Amino acid sequence: MYKHKYRVIIPFLAPAVILYLVFVIYPYARSMYNSLTSWKGVSANQPFVGLYNYVRMINDEFFWNALIHNLQYLLFLPIIIISLSLFLAFMISQRIRFSKFFRVTFFFPQVISIISIGVLWSYVYHPTIGILTSLLQAAHLEWFFQIFGFEGIPVWVGDERTVRIAIGAVVVWQAAGFYMVLFLAAMEAIPQTFYEAAIIDGANRWHQFWNITIPLLWDTMQTALVFSGLGAFDMFAITRVMVVSGSSQTRPADVLATYLYEQAFEASRFGYATAIAVSLFLLMLTLSALTMRVTRREAVEY
Amino acid sequence: MERQGSPNKLLEIIINTVIYLFLASWTIIVVFPMLWVIVTSFKTDKEIFLSPWQLPAQLMWDNFVRALTKANIGLYLVNSLTVILPSIFFTLLFSAMAGYVLARYEFPGNRIIFYAFMGGMLFPVMLALVPLFFLLQSMKIIDTHFGLILVYIAYSLPFTVFFLTGFFKTIPSDLIEAAIIDGANNYQLFFLIVIPLAQNGLVSMGIFNFLGMWNQYILPLVLLTSSDKYVLSQGLAFLQHQQRYQSDWSGLFAAIVIVMLPTLIVYVIFQNQIQRGLTVGALKG
Repeated sequence: MYKHKYRVIIPFLAPAVILYLVFVIYPYARSMYNSLTSWKGVSANQPFVGLYNYVRMINDEFFWNALIHNLQYLLFLPIIIISLSLFLAFMISQRIRFSKFFRVTFFFPQVISIISIGVLWSYVYHPTIGILTSLLQAAHLEWFFQIFGFEGIPVWVGDERTVRIAIGAVVVWQAAGFYMVLFLAAMEAIPQTFYEAAIIDGANRWHQFWNITIPLLWDTMQTALVFSGLGAFDMFAITRVMVVSGSSQTRPADVLATYLYEQAFEASRFGYATAIAVSLFLLMLTLSALTMRVTRREAVEY
Repeated sequence: MERQGSPNKLLEIIINTVIYLFLASWTIIVVFPMLWVIVTSFKTDKEIFLSPWQLPAQLMWDNFVRALTKANIGLYLVNSLTVILPSIFFTLLFSAMAGYVLARYEFPGNRIIFYAFMGGMLFPVMLALVPLFFLLQSMKIIDTHFGLILVYIAYSLPFTVFFLTGFFKTIPSDLIEAAIIDGANNYQLFFLIVIPLAQNGLVSMGIFNFLGMWNQYILPLVLLTSSDKYVLSQGLAFLQHQQRYQSDWSGLFAAIVIVMLPTLIVYVIFQNQIQRGLTVGALKG
């Protein structure tokens, strides 16, 4: 049927394959090698140092500092984002009025660039001109923060005790709408007859949610878990734009991505930075594989 | 829904009220910060420091003029479009060509190429940054929009090829066979028959990649170093850091609004396509 098929195959594949090899495959392969060198970027020679960069990394307290922050995000963000968005999606799916309006509005943060969001929120949190502090002051909530040992209303991004909570909250704010739309789409695919049958059996909405919606959404939840988990390992743009790098000796907002960026492009320790990047990649890969494995269940067919 | 007993009805009303209260609260949480920035962008610096709640005495349109000209947001916007529009066009073209061949032709290596593209989705861009920087430097395209365009296309390929390959597999063969019988050559076949049939998939991928590139921060940060070449996200972050030395708060708020509003407006008009385009990555990823 197809005559001279290679006259089509080769020119059609060539642009994509060449660009991909040069700008994607080559840099990744090169990174694996660079992480074994003590390259400083200036000289052409790259002294091979074996696993030295990795040993150094294990002994670098700032590496651990950044990694712990990533793990804290990983512990809290996916669970908060997914439960909130699932909850929102379920409520919107309850044949309520204005459901279209809510659906459109909650998605707003998704179409604004993460940098705009970061700048916007750094002013929401701003201690003098921001709305959050003045709102909390107006509500006389100082006592609440004093329970946790603050002198008054925290300065959020400026305080190392609250900076990660402040950034994490922005990520929840930004991501909830996305996962909500994802869950809504999956919910709409569930046949109405399931719910009708349950109603006849006397199931209330709470039962319907736990016994029909959740089990049938399992695949989507798995995807959401992997996606939001990977997001917790990124956090580069939002951290970079909300926190001035090097503003504090204790590096309270560092994550692996910002730390490795600094090591590479501000301190010119390219070999070392690449070793951190390789570790980041391996962590992400392990995380995705683990999530898929742990959450694996018999798929419910319908 | 009909309910028999009145206690049930009462419960129903309570539940609905709770639902509406909750949804309304989240609406406020989402919308209020944005509205606040928009209102603040019309104030003077003095008003901004006076109280975050006060409405502006008069609308300071000058803030926007300063943001666009003095703070270079206008230039950054032009730079962004200069990079993104060709990147989208060639991403779609190259991915469609590759996806079509991968979906429709049997040849040795077909599977390998397909999986090689898919493998690219596993890697975080962070891992490629350093070699990418030096690669572009040695090719003399570092700090050029052209270089960034090539990189944007390359990094958009894996998912776009993956998605379009799947899409082309669903196009019925008889349409293509009919065209061959009518004497269409391979190129006519692709551009006149296949591309129009793939319109929906291309639109989804166009939106998906546009927002991805619009959001992109780390690649331009590493690959564009002179400030007159900055793209929008990079320029805004730059302004934000500059703000510590030269205070033009009102100008900065105006800049946020200028960066935020265009995509927001386009979204309100094309919400359905955009929601679909953006979530397509997760739904069948």
